Amino acid sequence: MKHVIVYGPGCKRCDTTADMVKTTAQMLGLDVTVTKETDMARIAMAGVMSTPGIAVDGKLVHTGGLPDAGALEGWLSA
Amino acid sequence: MSARIDTRTRPTPDWLWHAALAAGLVLWVAIYRQLLPLANWLVSLTPLDAHSHSGEALAFFLYDVPKVMMLLVLIVFVMGVVRSFFSPEKTRALLSGRAEGLGNAMAASLGIVTPFCSCSAVPLFIGFVSAGVPLGVTFSFLIAAPMVNEVALVLLFGLVGWKVAATYLSFGLLLAIGAGWIIGRLNLEGWLQGWVRDIHTGAGAGAPSAPSHEMTMVDRYREGLTAVKDIVGKVWVWILAGIALGALIHGYVPQDAMARIMGTGAWWSVPAAVVMGIPMYTNAAGVIPIVEALLGKGAALGTVLAFMMSVIALSLPEMLILRKVLTFRLLAVFVGVVGTGILCVGFLFNLIF
Repeated sequence: MKHVIVYGPGCKRCDTTADMVKTTAQMLGLDVTVTKETDMARIAMAGVMSTPGIAVDGKLVHTGGLPDAGALEGWLSA
Repeated sequence: MSARIDTRTRPTPDWLWHAALAAGLVLWVAIYRQLLPLANWLVSLTPLDAHSHSGEALAFFLYDVPKVMMLLVLIVFVMGVVRSFFSPEKTRALLSGRAEGLGNAMAASLGIVTPFCSCSAVPLFIGFVSAGVPLGVTFSFLIAAPMVNEVALVLLFGLVGWKVAATYLSFGLLLAIGAGWIIGRLNLEGWLQGWVRDIHTGAGAGAPSAPSHEMTMVDRYREGLTAVKDIVGKVWVWILAGIALGALIHGYVPQDAMARIMGTGAWWSVPAAVVMGIPMYTNAAGVIPIVEALLGKGAALGTVLAFMMSVIALSLPEMLILRKVLTFRLLAVFVGVVGTGILCVGFLFNLIF
């Protein structure tokens, strides 16, 4: 099971990103939990300077803007 | 842009992208050159007299809206492509450990081309400071990034003229450099919120960052298209409302009505414009068409520039966001320094023009 964290202070894009992760996981039939991290300090500590950021199993894979759908599939199924 | 091709279903060869963009650009130029005759022709279709007040206002509206929108689409696309060459991580690497002075100038310039959203101002601030970017240099970036943006420049260029646009660009940069330099000189690192200082001295220094992957030129074009969709999709309503209001001012506010309250003669108008601008959180897109109309009615350029800069650079919501990392004292210094800078720009311009 993979654990995905979406970093973002709660802007619209961050919500969209979290939804994208969920639907992609469902589409691929993967067991994925998604948490949203909205705390500014934790976001910064994770090394995210432009939100939304995505970490899969503790590893930061993406920052800044909506992720590319193809790339997202790659991170989740890797 | 005519290059909106879905590439996920079947990959489009690179040459088709280049060709489509080139064709789009040629088409853009062809249409842009026909806008004025087109607007006049559309007015001639209405029962309005082309030389009456309402006829002129309508022609003005029908010409300005497509003109500004077309300029916006082009410039936002180009900036989207340019921004794909930059990232906050790269900018941080360029700025970290940089001496003040040159560092401030670099930070302000990078503020224009680095992708930035005010919603991530705080993580970015911490990311910069914790990696050894001096506080003043960080402020230069944070002031320039929202203030000198392509939407403001396009609107100023399209509605008021290139001279005012160039003036706004250069003084916006100077203000960001100067204000950041002064804040740096004051050595206020101790006035950051406690928890930010802790990251500063420890954990954040070796913070991980997302691996950057190589982008192809087509990826960059896509970034440009996304930027157009995002930005133009967000600001078009403001532009329409602003230009409509501007057209009303053109038509119905008596000539020189503004000269008394916003003219060069009234010294207090500059500070008043700055104070009025702070709680206003309209984006540049809505303010500039109104600004243009006020200029036409005798408002002084410096007063108007000061108002614009204050609206954009000293917005209340952004201060509330920054309050999380800055102590109240540091925030007050920030507002004081930037506000004074804007005042100087305003007075200077009223003196020159």
